[in-house]
Amino acid sequence: MIVADKKPIQEIIETIQNHTRILIMGCNECVTVCEAGGKKEVGILASALRMYFLNQNKDVSIDEITLERQCDHEYLEEIRDRVDQYDAIVSLACGVGVQFTAEKYHSIPVYPGVNTCFLGATEERGLWTERCQACGRCILAQTAGICPISRCAKRLLNGPCGGSSGGKCEIDKDIDCGWQLIIDRLKALGRMDAYEKLCPIKDWSTDRAGGPRKVTREDLKQ
Amino acid sequence: MSVKTPSRLEKILAAGHLAVTSECGPPRGSDPEAISKKAELIRGHVDAINITDNQTSVTRLCSLAACIRLKLMGLEPVLQMVTRDRNRIALQSDILGAASFDIYNILCLSGDHQRFGDCPQGQNVHDLDSMQLIQTARHMRDEGKFLGGDPIKRPPQMFVGAAANPFADPFEIRVPRLAKKIAAGAEFIQTQCIYNLDKFEQWMRLARDRGLHEKVHILAGLTPLKSAGMARYMKNRVPGMDVPDAVVKRMADTPKEKQPDEGIAICVESIQRLKDLPGVHGFHIMAIEWEEKVPEIVERAGLYPRPTLD
Repeated sequence: MIVADKKPIQEIIETIQNHTRILIMGCNECVTVCEAGGKKEVGILASALRMYFLNQNKDVSIDEITLERQCDHEYLEEIRDRVDQYDAIVSLACGVGVQFTAEKYHSIPVYPGVNTCFLGATEERGLWTERCQACGRCILAQTAGICPISRCAKRLLNGPCGGSSGGKCEIDKDIDCGWQLIIDRLKALGRMDAYEKLCPIKDWSTDRAGGPRKVTREDLKQ
Repeated sequence: MSVKTPSRLEKILAAGHLAVTSECGPPRGSDPEAISKKAELIRGHVDAINITDNQTSVTRLCSLAACIRLKLMGLEPVLQMVTRDRNRIALQSDILGAASFDIYNILCLSGDHQRFGDCPQGQNVHDLDSMQLIQTARHMRDEGKFLGGDPIKRPPQMFVGAAANPFADPFEIRVPRLAKKIAAGAEFIQTQCIYNLDKFEQWMRLARDRGLHEKVHILAGLTPLKSAGMARYMKNRVPGMDVPDAVVKRMADTPKEKQPDEGIAICVESIQRLKDLPGVHGFHIMAIEWEEKVPEIVERAGLYPRPTLD
């Protein structure tokens, strides 16, 4: 899933302080799972903002809504008949949701309420870690199911570097060395011979480097 | 191993001599004398001089410019290039730039993470990794082509090297990793600083078991310790460094004013022990900001005078 983290409330206040009718809009997908932008977080942020503006003696209305998804036309349409009531939307969705909302409703500013962090998994409640950088050309078959692009600090395709120490990365003792994980798993799979196969120079054109990406499926188009 | 380039370092190794290389770190400024003074200290005592490439991710005068300066001084530079700061366009371009000044040696590295340097908020590139940079340098030289496939007019003639750290984890892949670098095209290896000689000898034995010592020239890396504090710092703070307790104790048990001499003595003893180790074809002496001691180390280790070539 897409993992996001809450923005400091002070930053949100700074972006919306010239507005008086604000809609806080959550998303029921990834950001709900990582407890950054679901219905619960929308409620908490809305209460905090109401309190803040009350203390400032400012008459600001704060409404709440949480959509099933913000990355889908269908669900974003649900606010069409009420969007004119507001002069700003704070979206607690990922960056995709913020942008899709802004694209749909041109005349109203849409501000991000979270920082979109990475594609990751829930290790345990309160701990999410990265697993994928969406490079567009998956090599997990060659790397024992562990991605060196997202899990090596230097995204080395032929690692580990000389900084791997006791299974940890040189940049932080709390970060596993991705290549140690790959090697451990190659061993468990009885595939250590695969370690010596050189990973060729990567075609990064399907990565961010190739410009904004799209996936087109003619078979699904109507 | 037949000679494939005009590299003096390659010729010395091919002739069966124990090679001696050292390194100079460029300054954090543009003073050309910072390079030339260091180089003059070791001229005549080493066969080639590595110029580090923004080592520890601290921004410095660039490796290529410093190598050109050495070349203009009549010295033999080894261009260190890390994949952290440049993409494949810039790496190939810099290789050509170096080749235009007849720089004949390159050492291909990934580079320390920028977290350790003066720009921890910067991006790292790693479009290629160090193995792929080795392949790129060999491709440009041997095929005379760019990675994109177009021919290169006057291709680079570079003796291609790589680093190896026998002490990093996991130990079991350290020799397979060496094999991988050789398969990628590495012709010489300069190792991480060796303080744990037993472990280094074990690594060399495993490398010999696979015949790797006949496929690549291995230069054992050494850094003289200046003080017990430096020994402890290397042991505890530098990733991938293995400084045995006995070495730290030997430095710590030496009176402070004698510690530099003791550090030099350890370095000389290490070279003497490793000189006869099968597969060790030379030494890479990294005297960090202590270049003036390199001639003494080389002489006391019995590696002086340096061989002359016809």
